[in-house]
Amino acid sequence: MITAERLTKNYGKVRGLDQVSFSIPPAQVTVLIGPSGGGKSTLLRCLNGLELFDEGSLRIGEYEVTVGQGRSQGGLARLRREVGMVFQSFNLFPHLTVEANVELAPRIARGLTEAESTALAHDLLGKVGLSERRDHYPHQLSGGQQQRAAIARALAMAPQVMLYDEPTSALDSALTGELLQIMRRLAEDGMTQVVVTHDISFARELADEVLVLIEGRVVESGPPEEIFTAPRDQRTREFLRRYLS
Amino acid sequence: MKRWIDLRALWLILLTLLGGVDRIAVAQDLTWGGDAEGGAPYLLPDPHRPRQIIGFEVDLMEALARQLGRRQVFVQNQWDGLIPGLLRGNYDLAVNGLEITDDRRQRIAFSIPYYACGEQLSLRRSEKSIERLTDLHGRIVGTLKFSLAQRLLEDEGGIEIRAYENQNNAYDDLANGRLDAVLMDWPIALYYSRPNPALKFAGESIGTLEYGIGVRPGEKQFLQQVDDGLRELMRSGELRRIYERWGIWNAETERLFVRQLENPTRAPAEQFLPLPAGSLGWRERAARTLGYLPPMLMQGVPMTLLISILGMLVAMFLGLAIALLNLYASPPLAILARLYVEIFRGTPLLIQLYLIFYGLPNIGIRFSPLMAAVMGLGLNYAAYEAENYRSGILAIPRGQMEAALALGLTRYQALRYVVVPQALRLVIPPVTNDFIALFKDSSIVSVITMVELTKIYGQLAATYFDYIGAGLVAALLYLLMGLPFVRIARWAERRYRLPGAVTQLH
Repeated sequence: MITAERLTKNYGKVRGLDQVSFSIPPAQVTVLIGPSGGGKSTLLRCLNGLELFDEGSLRIGEYEVTVGQGRSQGGLARLRREVGMVFQSFNLFPHLTVEANVELAPRIARGLTEAESTALAHDLLGKVGLSERRDHYPHQLSGGQQQRAAIARALAMAPQVMLYDEPTSALDSALTGELLQIMRRLAEDGMTQVVVTHDISFARELADEVLVLIEGRVVESGPPEEIFTAPRDQRTREFLRRYLS
Repeated sequence: MKRWIDLRALWLILLTLLGGVDRIAVAQDLTWGGDAEGGAPYLLPDPHRPRQIIGFEVDLMEALARQLGRRQVFVQNQWDGLIPGLLRGNYDLAVNGLEITDDRRQRIAFSIPYYACGEQLSLRRSEKSIERLTDLHGRIVGTLKFSLAQRLLEDEGGIEIRAYENQNNAYDDLANGRLDAVLMDWPIALYYSRPNPALKFAGESIGTLEYGIGVRPGEKQFLQQVDDGLRELMRSGELRRIYERWGIWNAETERLFVRQLENPTRAPAEQFLPLPAGSLGWRERAARTLGYLPPMLMQGVPMTLLISILGMLVAMFLGLAIALLNLYASPPLAILARLYVEIFRGTPLLIQLYLIFYGLPNIGIRFSPLMAAVMGLGLNYAAYEAENYRSGILAIPRGQMEAALALGLTRYQALRYVVVPQALRLVIPPVTNDFIALFKDSSIVSVITMVELTKIYGQLAATYFDYIGAGLVAALLYLLMGLPFVRIARWAERRYRLPGAVTQLH
């Protein structure tokens, strides 16, 4: 579903990403872990064009992203319709109700009629358990509810891929459980998902595959039980030891 | 300058101590007020030495002062404030083409006339359909404000009158087609209309008006001295030589001189009529201020509202476009937007209005006064609104734009549906503030012949010599007009408050 080849991103002289290559099959949940500044967020933002990479190539579904084409806004908008994103601070639109937050993009960017987009919003908000809250404004929701609203908003564009940046940072363990359920259900429905997280137990529960990003490189990848119990790379061991202690 | 004032004050104190001595009779300087902006041939800055004032009235006062054994000192004063200035004691005499009228006699005393002429009608050279005053019905005719010509046109009726501060602007507007005719005192027409190849005179001048020297009422003895001095100048031929030098000697003045010299005594009634409005009791003044001033001033309210609201609409839409270009357009356009803001914010609104109304016709772009007023205010305030919007847009967190882009919206859609709606709510208070400011600035458009509240105030104040009463009523009207908008803005602020925003930007 996603194929990245030798993605490189420079911030001046600093390498944000250094020749990152990987491949993600459809419906897989991939978790990116690694120390802060290791390149997890940069990679995630490259996947929907919020950051433009400087070298390499990226393929998402049928959609090929090249370095040069990054400049074209139209091309980026088309890519982003295939890739939904849930931000760490959710970034809901404060001037719109929850329902309007969800309806906005399908109506404007997908060209749905008002009736269609409203029906879609009802449906999605029902799936994330926010039917009762659809007329509320974002600030009237709890952190967990805001996150579910953000998920519904991203799903409204019917993407093939969902990206999550630190989704559990604002959640207690009960809410983390709910999130886990939602994401598993999406995976069962065939959604390809990429998650940046610091939460090792959440990663262990959820991941089909784990990518360890350190200093802009993928130092190791594999199923969670392998990575978390028997890491092969010295740097991964170092990171996990420091992180878990 | 300051020392001069001090000396003068000292002099006055000394005179007061001496007691009972007529200040005017003893003072050395003969001070007289006029408006050097009035132009040729009356009073104008010397084209070669702009700090020097010349004109036939300067020559007249020079000669008159010599007759009285004093030194003439010119005091600059705006023309429509000449009489209040005289009454306030800013100068001893008011001399600047003041026609002797009954209205003015209510307020001040006049010397014998020193000059006489008619009103001259000027037309475009190509004009065929106008020959006399009666042909002007339904046409647009320019004149100077508060002039006898204006009253003549008003009495004729059915004429759309544009009252100007400055004859140049009137003749320019005649030449470029904004006016159909201009009626002004003959000497003005001689100097400003005759030399213009695009214009012509329509027949002989109309009627006769006489200029007199304004003197404060009650200064009988001084008035007599002035009259005697003028008669002596007529008798000696000096005054005629002055007029001939300026090319304005005419049959009317010749008749005036003959009349004055053959019949040197004034009719007593003519000599001392003045019933100064200042002598009205406060009850009568209050009754006038509250009685018929408000309804007359109120006639200016709709125009002020119209100009302000249209101007603000232009400012809001244009300002938003400029702010967006400034923030998001590619460099050339963004720089242009930036320049627009700096230029329109950094130059006086008054000059912008003059450029739009009187300057643009020179390159073939002509606006009606209303259009020019709305454009002037709108273009100027657009610069301020652009800055308001820009600060509002910058105050919206970056994550909002990113979230919208991540949903597949284009940059334009993200601005249109996510960023700008939030920014607009943030800037309601500063925009309201500017609207109130624009409201008051709309008073400036009276300089481009718009008849709105301030213009009407100026006219009424000058006619009734009541700057305080009319001024208070006009100021009150501005205040009352502004209040509803403040209320609407407060309501909008509450209604469209960004939900959950802890504090509003102020």
